Amino acid sequence: MTTSTTLLSVRDVTRRFGNLRAVDALSFDIAEGEIVGLLGPNGSGKTTMMNLVSGALKPNAGTIRLAGDDIAGLPPNRIARQGIARTFQLVRVLPSMNCLDNVKAGLGFGAEPVWGSAADSRAEALLQRVGMAHRCWTLGKDLTYMDQKRLELARALALQPRLLLLDEWLAGLNPSELVEAIELLRKVRGEGVTMVMVEHVMDAIRSLCDRCVIMNAGAKIAEGAPAEALAEPEVVRAYLGDDAHA
Amino acid sequence: MMALSRTTLFGGVLLLAGVIGFALLPGFVGGYGLSMAINFLMFAILATAWAMFSGPSGYVSLATVAFFGIGAYTVAVLGERLPWGAVLLLAAAIAFLVALLVGLSTLRLRGVYFVIFSFGLAELIRQVVNWYESTQAGSVGRYVFLDITQEQIVWQLTAVLALLFIVGWLIERSRVGFALRMIGDDETVALHCGVNITLIKVLVFSLSAAFMALVGAIVAPRWTYLDPSIAFNPNISFQVLIMALLGGARRLYGPLLGVIPMVLLFEYLSTHFPHLFSVLLGVTFLAIVYLVPHGVAGLIEGYVQRYRKRFPGKRGGENAGAKARQGGAL
Repeated sequence: MTTSTTLLSVRDVTRRFGNLRAVDALSFDIAEGEIVGLLGPNGSGKTTMMNLVSGALKPNAGTIRLAGDDIAGLPPNRIARQGIARTFQLVRVLPSMNCLDNVKAGLGFGAEPVWGSAADSRAEALLQRVGMAHRCWTLGKDLTYMDQKRLELARALALQPRLLLLDEWLAGLNPSELVEAIELLRKVRGEGVTMVMVEHVMDAIRSLCDRCVIMNAGAKIAEGAPAEALAEPEVVRAYLGDDAHA
Repeated sequence: MMALSRTTLFGGVLLLAGVIGFALLPGFVGGYGLSMAINFLMFAILATAWAMFSGPSGYVSLATVAFFGIGAYTVAVLGERLPWGAVLLLAAAIAFLVALLVGLSTLRLRGVYFVIFSFGLAELIRQVVNWYESTQAGSVGRYVFLDITQEQIVWQLTAVLALLFIVGWLIERSRVGFALRMIGDDETVALHCGVNITLIKVLVFSLSAAFMALVGAIVAPRWTYLDPSIAFNPNISFQVLIMALLGGARRLYGPLLGVIPMVLLFEYLSTHFPHLFSVLLGVTFLAIVYLVPHGVAGLIEGYVQRYRKRFPGKRGGENAGAKARQGGAL
């Protein structure tokens, strides 16, 4: 792979919860335009890492640079304005607001806020992009699970992010929804959005990701193209246990 | 798209009619009528100001009387020393600053913790004033001898209510109001969308506190005698809460719908059952929360929604346009 400009650079980042090192001196880079899968067994620190990048948690040590600017420890609203958007592991839409307003929530407060009638038409276009043009006036709480996921994606894209963090965005979908959702992500990727995705759905990782970072117990144990990285002995050990016991 | 929708225009006309009505009122009614008008205007401002912050954000505050009392005490202490306009401005400014400090330190509390805190705050301020008056100022009570008539109180309150509606309307349609609704729905989402949630919450909370203090200052001359148990009477916080909830706190005009019946009811209760007032207040509270959880405004809105669902072609203004565009896309 060609080494293009680095968008996100994580260096020696550590986050402790009491005595537990949820993320332990982790380092990795994300290049502009790349889609990187953040993988690992349950409890390996993936979501913690996403929360550190999006500002929901502050690291105890290390630096996180977005296009050269250190963003480690900034509050989430500042990080969102710097161009990092996210979806949530447990899907979060604004329940009492309609879909149009849910997307406008992402438009109005970013680096270049859009408001008024311009926001209305932008929000409609974004809803169309995720296949929800017919849902403009439906309240967030009245949506199906799949539609809530789509809406969350539209809201994240509304921020015009330089980096999009997807935390198990494909989890909980049925097989046909999954095909739809992967197609949707492929479309977003085609528009040049850089993404980091925490994911357990291997099909999605193989078809979408350029590269994987694989974690176990807070540390990186492998990195590289999905097929090779997943085949590394240490990765197999982390997921399945030691050969000797298998 | 129209800059001013039909509802906005309608609201503007109603507001103007209300202002003219109250301005002319003193010529038509006697002392009792004026006193009822003052009660009505006072609670209308308090409940609308309360709902301006607590409605969209979901932060239920019981500190209304803290700011109301600050306004009243500003008049009691400074009323005879400064021009009236300066006293009012100062009352609003002091309440704004107190709310700012309190908000910065406590608006991260959510749900029932904030409710309890706000109640505690009102009591704390009352006790502090009590302590200061009895140990430092020499006497717990103060006299307010100002040459301000009932008519003048009505006019001032009318002006403040009109101003509040304009400010509330501007906030509701601005990004600040939108952000406040986001905060009420999901603070985490708001934060990750780039909203500075602390700033928004503290700003609107302080603004609503300033209006509450203005009311306290304007009605203070009515009492002649003032002490902390009058100015910081916790019943006021509860009454305002009940009125706003009955009317519906998620719409600017909502609280008004609750104020009208409640002022009449409280008037009736306090004259006929003065000793049972607090008990009946509690019963009313329970009945409202149980029977009309989204308030009268919520009921009306529910009917409108059902009507729109049955006759989708009759959507008003901008919605109709969007619907048409959408139809083309499908």
